[in-house]
Amino acid sequence: MVKVTYVAADGTRTEVDAPPGSNVMQTALDNDVDGIVGECGGAMMCATCHCYVDEDWSDATGARRDGEDDMLDCAADEVRPNSRLSCQIRLTEGLDGLVVHLPEEQV
Amino acid sequence: MREIVIVGAGQGGLQAAMCLRQDGFAGRITLIGAEAGLPYQRPPLSKAYLKSGDAGALQLRPASFFEKKDITLITGTRVDSIDRAARSLRAGGRDLRYDHLILATGTRNLRPPIPGADLALDLRTLEDAARLRAALDRPRRCAVIGGGFIGLEFAAVARALGHEVTLAEAAPRLMARAVSAETSARFLGLHEGMGTRVHLGDPVREVFPGGIRLASGTRIEAEVVLMAAGVTPNTELAAAAGLAVDNGVVVDGRLLTADPAISALGDCAVFPDPVSGRPVRLESVQAATDHARLISRRLLGMADDRYDAVPWFWSDQADSKLQIAGLATAGDETVTRGDGAIFRFNAGRLSAVETVNDARTHMQSRKRLAGAPVLRRHLEAAGFDLAAV
Repeated sequence: MVKVTYVAADGTRTEVDAPPGSNVMQTALDNDVDGIVGECGGAMMCATCHCYVDEDWSDATGARRDGEDDMLDCAADEVRPNSRLSCQIRLTEGLDGLVVHLPEEQV
Repeated sequence: MREIVIVGAGQGGLQAAMCLRQDGFAGRITLIGAEAGLPYQRPPLSKAYLKSGDAGALQLRPASFFEKKDITLITGTRVDSIDRAARSLRAGGRDLRYDHLILATGTRNLRPPIPGADLALDLRTLEDAARLRAALDRPRRCAVIGGGFIGLEFAAVARALGHEVTLAEAAPRLMARAVSAETSARFLGLHEGMGTRVHLGDPVREVFPGGIRLASGTRIEAEVVLMAAGVTPNTELAAAAGLAVDNGVVVDGRLLTADPAISALGDCAVFPDPVSGRPVRLESVQAATDHARLISRRLLGMADDRYDAVPWFWSDQADSKLQIAGLATAGDETVTRGDGAIFRFNAGRLSAVETVNDARTHMQSRKRLAGAPVLRRHLEAAGFDLAAV
């Protein structure tokens, strides 16, 4: 399993275990983590699963994927260099321990 | 307001329940769905699910979510009737009262009145998709009735899995209700290039064991026949309760029916298009969830806005992601930009933009369509650069 920690805008930390192959958005929804909406189900049609990758993990999660920049342009909250669509971060064993921060607004 | 009942546990119904809690509603929320199981996403049924068979990935929220948010979810239950005078409804042998009722009953597949229609499979529910997937367990010949999003998404997946596919569409072009003739032609090329045989302007006259027969007399042999000829809104409940129904449950610009205690949202609702004012019914995740947000805010007294969200749609067919921003009307003019992006205009005003694998233009269009009208002459002067108008 891959451990993922979600840090809400108010600082609340939620730690969950996810099967490799899932993604950061789906894992949040499956575990009742508030702060991620994931309206389009990972089809890259919205920006409601916006997250900020913790700086210790930005190398491991890699660069934004094709089209992600364009979707993030429509994110409800501030877009920063470490902004990602969490549906596009696929969980691998190498991401065990991943920490992502959630914005205040998704819609 | 203490009790809100939502009829229909699809993505829109669930979104309404979630928004109400998020917006601070402390009363009772009851969400009633006709299908068994937890609410799930439909769009992947004709895309990723057909390939993977992973039903778990479709689930919108886990069972624990409903407990945590104190949302009473009643599944596998049809609502029999609404008693508007008593503000109550009858479902599964019991009466439920409401202070406000939200109809999110969605649509069901249309079955044209042709002989043998019952022999064809559907692709609307998870159960349909599982049955269809099981039927593709070995190389098959597939006949698809209907060249809309669902039929074409299925055709693309089935071809990629190595099945033979023949598709019949009654209209003279693919996705005729949703896109320009130019986009129809582009996708015809895509599907023919994948080896799918496409019959246009040739309605199906009969489904028989082992295939279909078209109006032209053409017989298509197939072990698997998919009926993807569109949907019809589930309005019987509303009609029986005396609410206005006209290609959907009729609501005003605030998504309220003539009964101030009943709203409707999503695929089953007919509402005034914010641009043209004409009544429209949209079949999309976007409309269902945006409707839900608006209704929640209205019920909690946070806002009383007219619905004016820009519609958007998508369809994944093989490696082509079709994205549509806005809503065109039949007869809107079409301009194709050098890179293939298609701009639709109504009376000189941008109505919709169709793109393929071009998220940038799609998102720009969604933003621009949400603002002041974008005029054709301005776009022309700017070389159709949305960022420059």
